Amino acid sequence: MVEHRPWANLLSHGVLLIGVALIMLPVYIALMAATQAPGELLRGNMPLLPGGHGLENMRQMWQSGIASASAPPAGRMLWNSFVMAMTITLGKLGISLLSAFAIVYFRFRLRLFFFWLIFITLMLPVEVRIIPTFEVVASLNMLNSFAGLSIPLIASATATFLFRQFFMTIPEEMLEAARVDGAGPLRFFKDILLPLSITNIAALFVILFIYGWNQYLWPLLITTDPDYYTIVMGIQRMTSDENPQWQLIMAAVTMAALPPVLVVVFMQRLFIKGLTETEK
Amino acid sequence: MAAITLSGLAKTYAGGVAAVKGIDLHVDDGELVVLVGPSGCGKSTLLRMVAGLESITEGALSIGGRVVNKLEPAERNIAMVFQNYALYPHMTVYQNLAYGLKNRGVKKSDIDRQVRDAARMLEIGPLLTRKPRKLSGGQRQRVAMGRALVRDPAVFLFDEPLSNLDAKLRVQMRVEIKKLQRRLQTTSLYVTHDQLEAMTLGDRLVVLNEGRIEQVGTPMDIYRYPATLFVAGFIGSPAMNLLPVDFLQARNAGDALDALPPGTDIIGIRPDTIFLAPPAVPHLACDATLELFEAAGAENHLYVRLAGGEQATVIRTGQQAPVAEGEILRCYAPLEALHCFNQASGQRTG
Repeated sequence: MVEHRPWANLLSHGVLLIGVALIMLPVYIALMAATQAPGELLRGNMPLLPGGHGLENMRQMWQSGIASASAPPAGRMLWNSFVMAMTITLGKLGISLLSAFAIVYFRFRLRLFFFWLIFITLMLPVEVRIIPTFEVVASLNMLNSFAGLSIPLIASATATFLFRQFFMTIPEEMLEAARVDGAGPLRFFKDILLPLSITNIAALFVILFIYGWNQYLWPLLITTDPDYYTIVMGIQRMTSDENPQWQLIMAAVTMAALPPVLVVVFMQRLFIKGLTETEK
Repeated sequence: MAAITLSGLAKTYAGGVAAVKGIDLHVDDGELVVLVGPSGCGKSTLLRMVAGLESITEGALSIGGRVVNKLEPAERNIAMVFQNYALYPHMTVYQNLAYGLKNRGVKKSDIDRQVRDAARMLEIGPLLTRKPRKLSGGQRQRVAMGRALVRDPAVFLFDEPLSNLDAKLRVQMRVEIKKLQRRLQTTSLYVTHDQLEAMTLGDRLVVLNEGRIEQVGTPMDIYRYPATLFVAGFIGSPAMNLLPVDFLQARNAGDALDALPPGTDIIGIRPDTIFLAPPAVPHLACDATLELFEAAGAENHLYVRLAGGEQATVIRTGQQAPVAEGEILRCYAPLEALHCFNQASGQRTG
């Protein structure tokens, strides 16, 4: 666009600013609320300026949690969330890379059948299969454990599909050259396919980490032991207190939002490359 | 160092398509044999069967006296240069060259020496730390060659390695490949569809058509005595002129017609053996209309149409056009320059 029309500029900037405000305002309010003194928020006014108790609220939330809502310290919950999100992310990446490798590079019976089997699980998100899954996890004694939190969420059709599409764009000769060079299947996978997929892996890492981190319904169902509360569902527990301590809850919210932001910030360069780069 | 022997080699794809139909061929140790033919003739499939990238349906393939039908490509002691080079894009040139050695468990110090030797031979030393995407087409081609010769294999396989280069570079690399092969004395199979490349590179040529061998021989043998109608039409540029005998007879085209071997019904004449003055020996003679005069520098091409026929014919000559375009000229071909074929069998008659 090289046109220069002041009114169009003004209008488009206006629209963008409204959009930014719509997204940023709640974040700002949460930040401000996290800095208020106890009881301030219950008086019914929503202060838009910092209240000076931010560090104090953070420290209290981090170290002791909210006992009256049986919420454990945020540090504990953040750790739980981190373990769950990382397990889900790494598990999904590992499994989908390997299954895409199998589907693209090996000729076995019922190959297409298995591909479609994986593909149709796209139509079955966690929420749809939640009751049978709960039943299975409960029967396997995996309630209140990291395994129960993460394993049922690991199977991933989306990532398998994306890697399959990517592998199919890698020229056949690459595999043949590797074969002539004496690389067996696993070595080809490790030395050629993985390095070539690195930007795709990074992009999926960001997406899947946030997916894992934001899991709400599943942890809510299968954890009754506060030791395994994740931060996202923990916040829900805190709000169900009969006398919710909003300044502490908002401090927890702020902390909960931080890891996904960090992941995006640090992997941004690779992430964007993975979404846009087609060069081979 | 190894000879290659193909006996009765055949490839039928799962769908029943026969790509290669029984090939018998012996390639001597140190020889460079070029497989040439039009696209779809099975030459690439044949090469890939030797490489071990395609399974062999029938027949036996031996390299260095050892039957290798069932061996993986890496176990056949071959190296291959691919048409699109197939360099590993995420590795530096050095790593590209070293990869095959590393997989074979060669010691680090030996790898380093071999990679540097190969790089020196191909003059890609300064490129060793670069990635393939930072290289030009010609440089990539050299790296692909380097990856093949770094392992000092028994056999080189080339799958149309020059077809992605521009014309000038192609000639230059052709010369280099030939020199390199002479120096290393490594048995080589080279696939191309470019008959000029085939003629200039090969110690021997194998002309393939529809999965079968049409003719095997030195480039000059094949050029001088094409064994079949197909080879006659395929080798040589501009292509050989093929004229039906009854067409010439109807035109009373000269005393040479009486001396043809029995069974001849098609006559092939190379464009450079048609003259504009009558030779002293028995010959063919015919009037023709000059349709186009093409000056190509060292030689000129006359595109003519023989009188009373649709037959377009090319004459290659050093002279200028004797008449203006659209006018009639008379052209002659001596008897000894005629290639005689039988249309039905496709074979040479003498």
